[in-house]
Amino acid sequence: MTTAIEINAVEKRFGQVSIIHDLNLRIAQRERHAIIGPNGAGKSTTFNLISGYIQPSSGEIRLNDEVISGLRPFEINRRGLSRSFQVTNVFARMTVWENVRCAVLWATGHRYSFWKNVDNLPEVRRRTTEILEDIHLTHRRDVPAGLLTYAEQRELEIGITIAGGANVIMLDEPTAGMSHAETERAVSLIRRLTEGRTLVIVEHDMSVVFGLADRISVLVYGHIIASGTPHEIRNDPKVREAYLGQEVH
Amino acid sequence: MTDAATSNLLLAKEAHGRNLKFYGIWLIAAIALIVLPLIFSSGGSLTSFSLIGISIIFALSYNILLGQTGLLSFGHAVHYGLGGFLAVHVMNAVAAHDWPIPLPFIPLFGGIGGLAFAVVIGWVMTKRAGTVFAMITLGIGELVASSSLILRSVFGGESGITTDRTALPHMFGWSFGSQIEIYYLIAFWLMISAIAMYALTRTPLGRICNAVRDNPGRVEFIGYDPHVVRYLAYCFAGFFAGIAGGLAAINFEIANSAYLGATQSGMVLFATFIGGTAYFFGPILGAILVTFLQLGLTNVTTVWQLYFGIIFIGIVMFAPGGIAGLVMMHRPLLRGGTLMTVIPSYLIALIPTLVLAFGVILAIETVARYTESQGGSNLINLFNVPLDATAPTTWLLAAVLVVVGALLARMTWRRIAQAWDRASSAAGDRGYLA
Repeated sequence: MTTAIEINAVEKRFGQVSIIHDLNLRIAQRERHAIIGPNGAGKSTTFNLISGYIQPSSGEIRLNDEVISGLRPFEINRRGLSRSFQVTNVFARMTVWENVRCAVLWATGHRYSFWKNVDNLPEVRRRTTEILEDIHLTHRRDVPAGLLTYAEQRELEIGITIAGGANVIMLDEPTAGMSHAETERAVSLIRRLTEGRTLVIVEHDMSVVFGLADRISVLVYGHIIASGTPHEIRNDPKVREAYLGQEVH
Repeated sequence: MTDAATSNLLLAKEAHGRNLKFYGIWLIAAIALIVLPLIFSSGGSLTSFSLIGISIIFALSYNILLGQTGLLSFGHAVHYGLGGFLAVHVMNAVAAHDWPIPLPFIPLFGGIGGLAFAVVIGWVMTKRAGTVFAMITLGIGELVASSSLILRSVFGGESGITTDRTALPHMFGWSFGSQIEIYYLIAFWLMISAIAMYALTRTPLGRICNAVRDNPGRVEFIGYDPHVVRYLAYCFAGFFAGIAGGLAAINFEIANSAYLGATQSGMVLFATFIGGTAYFFGPILGAILVTFLQLGLTNVTTVWQLYFGIIFIGIVMFAPGGIAGLVMMHRPLLRGGTLMTVIPSYLIALIPTLVLAFGVILAIETVARYTESQGGSNLINLFNVPLDATAPTTWLLAAVLVVVGALLARMTWRRIAQAWDRASSAAGDRGYLA
């Protein structure tokens, strides 16, 4: 089986400053992979590099064995990778229904078409309805996304991310700022929605990380110092020293 | 099974009701367009209706950019003007070569003119949105407007290019010499264009335009290239602006550099914004109001542009949603049945607000008349009240009206805000959120 994501010797410099250096990572198909690390370690930068938001200074990134470094975000998205954002990033003036529907349109092949009535596309309607059920926002379907509560916006964010049916899903701190109950809800949502897909997740909440991930990579100062199963990571002396400290037992 | 069947049936019924209401509105609009000249049949009103029809198409086309895609253009008249010029040239060619193209098809050539320029130049222009796009449109607008004065063979220089619309092949026995026939021609194209532009908002592209307006960065991560979306929106806007320009060329039987200029671009921005960009019908209201003001104010006062400026500033500051936004604000109150809570406060506020407005108008007119009264009359005839611009009492009256009006108006406006809060929270309790 091919690897879902493969990062080879990627470096990212801003001017003289090297944010990411010698980054190597392999994520297998259908794996749930968490990236953890202290603040400023480069987790979000890694996400931005993979999803095409920024370009690597050198090195190579592959998605399903195809080189994607250098491609624009929408080109990468069309190849089956979809990401969410740490800061809620929805279409604020459009309704919840329209937010999800927009995310379904490209994947269902309607692209830039201006000769079809968007309300008369059964496949689009069916998938949008399904996603809204999945993220428990059916009762809020006609509310502008900008008026949702914070937790609802986070769920919509996940909904938009998975709506296109990408087989690699990347979630950037999906439970940030959520209460304990909301976090539990979100985790079970993520677990269910990414069933059979590859998941890459950046998360600060260690209970989420160790509960959800099949494998974990630890990023410190733009470099991966360890990669392995939760058990291996928990017992890795380098990780304990560099990052986890006394938090994990 | 039966449950699902009934719910499907209910859904279908609901959709049916929506459809009926929807087609009803368009049908009423069509009937209104047909009946209007029968009620107001004077030559002056026919001319006004024709101009309004043209500016509605123009403003709706502008809103494809501003309201739907979030692109602020300062050069939209370029497409209007080039459409007008192409229409005039085609009309002259048809007349010269006896081609079998009747006049009603000419606006289509106007559209092609506007579209062609958009197709050629749009890709570069729409590379970036926001300020960069706005600046480029300003530059292109000036470029084309000044070229039109230099390239005399194409644009006819200062005097423009004239044409004779009656020289084209007739259709249904109409020669299109009279204004009523031109009115119906414009009304026909208005209906077609408005339906087409509304339909565009209901397509996948139309929805993605909204997404690009709200959040272009996110659009890239759901598979779309915002540049392509902006480009397509720009082409559609150019096409419909060209149709409006073609109709204007038919109406005036001339195309000149004023069609392409910054004033024309400013006017359409003005009409669209005043009407309200968030709703499809906003630019229609704006185009009607602005054209009426333009026709009405120019007869009454020499400083009519000043009033335009004041209205524009007022809308930007106090009602950024435009007239349509103000109207639609009341929908939840109407549904929640609390509209009557705010109406009395409106009526109370009306009197001091009118006093204030009257004072401002008097002040403006007095100053205008005083500064330009070389040899002219000093008399101001304001709503049939004759006043002398050189008399101190007039200046005093203006000052008193402004100050007293403003003080009282402020108090009544505050009452509106309070009444509004009560009404909207009461409506909100009944489930109709403002």
